Amino acid sequence: MSNLVEIRDLHFAYGERSILSNLRMDFPRGKLIAVMGGSGCGKTTVLRLIGGQIRPQRGEVRIGGEVVHSLDTQGLYRLRRRMGMLFQFGALFTDLSVFDNVAFPLREHTDLPEELIRDLVLMKLNAVGLRNAHRLKPAEISGGMARRVAVARAVALDPELIMYDEPFAGLDPISMGVTANLIRNLNDALGSTSILVSHDVQECFAIADYVYFMSAGKIVAEGTPTELRVSTDPYVRQFVNAEPDGPVPFHYPGKTLADDLGLGART
Amino acid sequence: MIARFLGYIGCSVREGLAALGFAIRSFFSILRVSPGAFRRPGLISEQIHFIGNYSLVIIAVSGLFVGMVLGLQGYYTLNQYGAEQMLGQVVALSLVRELGPVVTALLFAGRAGTSLTAQIGLMKAGEQLSAMEMMAINPVQRVLAPRFWAGVIAMPVLATVFSAVGVMGGYLVGVKLIGVDEGSFWAQMQSGVDVRADVLNGVIKSFIFGIAVTFTALFQGYQAQPTPEDVSRATTRTVVIASLLVWGLNFVMTALMFNK
Repeated sequence: MSNLVEIRDLHFAYGERSILSNLRMDFPRGKLIAVMGGSGCGKTTVLRLIGGQIRPQRGEVRIGGEVVHSLDTQGLYRLRRRMGMLFQFGALFTDLSVFDNVAFPLREHTDLPEELIRDLVLMKLNAVGLRNAHRLKPAEISGGMARRVAVARAVALDPELIMYDEPFAGLDPISMGVTANLIRNLNDALGSTSILVSHDVQECFAIADYVYFMSAGKIVAEGTPTELRVSTDPYVRQFVNAEPDGPVPFHYPGKTLADDLGLGART
Repeated sequence: MIARFLGYIGCSVREGLAALGFAIRSFFSILRVSPGAFRRPGLISEQIHFIGNYSLVIIAVSGLFVGMVLGLQGYYTLNQYGAEQMLGQVVALSLVRELGPVVTALLFAGRAGTSLTAQIGLMKAGEQLSAMEMMAINPVQRVLAPRFWAGVIAMPVLATVFSAVGVMGGYLVGVKLIGVDEGSFWAQMQSGVDVRADVLNGVIKSFIFGIAVTFTALFQGYQAQPTPEDVSRATTRTVVIASLLVWGLNFVMTALMFNK
């Protein structure tokens, strides 16, 4: 199966601070791939590089054979029309209703008549279970509902590639399960490729076809959820079992407590 | 010590020039995408309605009071020379040439400008602008350009409202309250105010102020860091920078326009 997205030898840094180094990832067409890792490990940066929002210092991101960072603005916008993205907190337009949020990309990118847009929007909202909430404003719905509206908006143009940035953050268990099922079902129904960035182990393992584990800007483990569940890799064990200490230390690196308390000098 | 001081000065100048260059580049990027915004006039008229609604009441009320004060002060001064029949001309020229454009721009900066800055800053903080970019929609064209042109169009209209209401304020105080002859009030105004030299120059002034204030508001909002602290700082910067720009530009334009 061919890859829709390929990342090769990718390096990215903010100034002197390296965020990603020597990254190599493949995202096959039609698959749901999870990118997991602790906070600040560079997961969201990977999504921003795939979307062309930032440029790497070295390496390349290819989508459908096109190198994202060699495209001009028009080329990048053409490419982005084949993508959908769910932002961490939905990023809904707060001055528009739920209906108008989902209709937004359709109105901007197509000349479809308003009646057809209405039908398409209601179908998308029906798919996320919020057809009857279409008149509400984002301020009138819960965080979980906002996330589902954002999913409906992300898939409004039936994209080839859907990226989800922490879709489960801050959701209650029911909303989490609903969102996880929704992501899997949409991936299968649309035949699209999905990249799921998250640190929620259970949900990701339940729906992903393949998982990359990242730490400090590098891939430290990868495999199917089944393989990773029985992995003996210390990082995977620590992450999957939520152990407080291990390869990812509990304490921020620096001086020891004894040094700070001056105990080392007395001995 | 001296080397460090010179280094500090040099660094500040370089940073200032870089910021100015970036602002100019941003201004031209709004102009570049403006034809796209004008192809959808609904977006601009929606913003004119929004911005106009924000500012209309405060501008009309301020215009009324400024006109009333001009009527009083003008009468006290002109009366000393027995020239109170000139009151209409004095009130109208003061409003049309200076107070209308300048005070409207300052009020606009405080009312609509801060609102624009906060709106854009919060859209950025809520990742709405990033979401737009990821939808292959240029936020400069979709969000900034319609607001920019709405501000530029609304400003002369609001300044006209300010001046018109101000003239009525001067009339109420001068004619109805103090008793200046009504015929002289209007006749002197008609003969002393030139449409091209006074009214048109006033409109040009408010158009330029519209560009300066609206661009400042949008730029500050767009450049704000996506944090509550920086968005609030950006709204303050909008008022300070826009007000200083209005005063500076007003001096330059007055020197160029009314030099005879």
